[in-house]
This record gives sequence, C-alpha cells and structure tokens, in this order.
Amino acid sequence: MHAEEKFTHETWPASPERATLEAKNKFLGFWLFLGGETVLFASLFATYLALKDKVPNAEQALAKDLFELPLVFIMTMLLLTSSLTSVYAMYHMKNFHFKKMQLWLGITVLLGLAFLGFEIYEFNHYVHEFHHTFSSSAFGSAFYTLVGFHGAHVALGLLWITTLMVRNARRGLSLYNAPKFYVASLYWHFIDVVWVFIFTVVYLMGMVG
Amino acid sequence: MANQQPTSGNPRVDIAYRKKKNAEEMRHQVITFALMIFLTLVAFAAVGYADFSGWFVVPFILLLAIVQVIFQLYYFMHMSHKGHENPQLFLFTGVLVGAVTILAFMTVIWW
Repeated sequence: MHAEEKFTHETWPASPERATLEAKNKFLGFWLFLGGETVLFASLFATYLALKDKVPNAEQALAKDLFELPLVFIMTMLLLTSSLTSVYAMYHMKNFHFKKMQLWLGITVLLGLAFLGFEIYEFNHYVHEFHHTFSSSAFGSAFYTLVGFHGAHVALGLLWITTLMVRNARRGLSLYNAPKFYVASLYWHFIDVVWVFIFTVVYLMGMVG
Repeated sequence: MANQQPTSGNPRVDIAYRKKKNAEEMRHQVITFALMIFLTLVAFAAVGYADFSGWFVVPFILLLAIVQVIFQLYYFMHMSHKGHENPQLFLFTGVLVGAVTILAFMTVIWW
C-alpha cells in the first residue's frame, strides 16, 4: 500500500492512520511526544500547587478572589465539545468523506478560537481589575505559566489543524495525509485532557480554598 | 495488521460491515461525551452550589477528573483499540514521572 495511491470508498483501508510504515512511525512518535508532554504539564502543575496563593502582601488577590466559575464553565464546555467534533472529523476520515471531515475540523477550530478568546479576556480581566500579573507574585508566575502554556497549546493546535485543512483542501484524502489529520486530532484531545485537570485543580480547587 | 483489506471476496459486503462498525463506535463516542459532560456538571455543582467541606470535595472532584480523562484517553483517543501497547507504555511512564514530581513539590518543598 503506497502513500500516493488513489483511493475510493471500496479500497480505503480500515485503519488509514496506521496503514503505511510512515504512518506507523508517526503514530508511535506522537505518542512518545504525548508521554513527554504529560511530564511537562505535571511539573507545571507541581509548581502551581507548591506556589498557590503565595503572595508578598495582603493586598494581592488570591485564587478565590480571582476566579469566576461561570466563565470557566463556558470555556470547559467549549473545549469539551470541540473534542467531540474532532472525533466526528475522524469518523468521517475513516469513512473516506473528505468534505465532511473538513467541515467538522472547521467547527473544531471555531470552538477552539472561542475558547482562546475567553482565555484572553480572562487574563486581561485579572491584569486590569486585580493587578494579578506574571511578575506580581510567585502565585501569578505559576498560574500564568501553567494556564498560559495550555493556551499556547490551544493556539498551536488551531494553527496546526488550519494549516492541514488549507494545505490538503484540493488534494482529498490519501494515506499520505490521513495520518497527519489523525495525529493532529490526538493532539487536540490531549489539550482537552490537560484542561480537565486545569479546571479541576486550578479553578475548582482554587474556589474551595 | 493495519492493512485490513476486504476478505470476503465481495468488497461491498465488507464496506457495509465496516460502515456499521464505524457508526456503532461513533454512537459509543457520543455516549462517552454525554458522560463527560455529566461528570463536569457534577464537579462544578459540588464546588459552586453544594456546601461540602474541602476535605471531601477536593478528593471527589479529583476522582471525577481522573474518570473523565480515562474516558478521553481510552475512547476519544482510541487507547482501548488493539495496537496501543506502546502508547500505553509511553503515557503511563509519563504519568509515573509526573506523579512523583507532583508528590515531591507538595511534600518536600515548603515555605
């Protein structure tokens, strides 16, 4: 099975994401990368937990003064839904429906953009209303590094998926690009995995005190 | 292994079978999604509306988060499928190193 081969609904393989040697290597390499990302985010979580609410004076805002649950809830729903829409995209990829896959990836990108917009509003709000900045306290540094790193992953994921969609818009599906779409969707799910811990450990546990 | 081409000699039968299998999997994914939304709602409600003590609510929402992440990894990211031994090795090694790091930062470091 060659990457350049033209396919029809009948000849498209059952697991296109792992049908060629290159695809198998991509799959393996990407999961190794995700293992490394797990360690990266775990150390950022560790730093945040160690430095949470460590502020130099009583005027500085603490976690429970800053966070507002409705905003975090909306952001969580947006990212969780975008995870499902990328599952839909991969469902259509497996059924060799290129147009439908592109459509669902487009919806995923829009949801991701909305999430990013809320995050920018959130950070802006903290800086201007509470003077909670990256350098105002150890708490501030740890918070912006952890949540900001996740936000940077969202931005990169959006750029990645959009680039793939534009680059392959006229090509249709092949065994050359199907693994690329699959790996990008894995990355997007991993972003949601990290967010589950962020909304639990940072925001919900921050409100508990 | 990955190259599962039609085996019955009639490609159309295999296509129909595979489409059905894919549709069935997609239905499971939607159920998984509904469960994840439910877990999220419970976690937010436990903190936002209910008046539980921190000693109960923190382990409770952490447990909900872990269950939700397992759904995400095993269903959305297909780790429950065949041929995911290496991904499991990589990911769980990462989790192990990460857990030790978190434990160290929360116990060995203090101010």
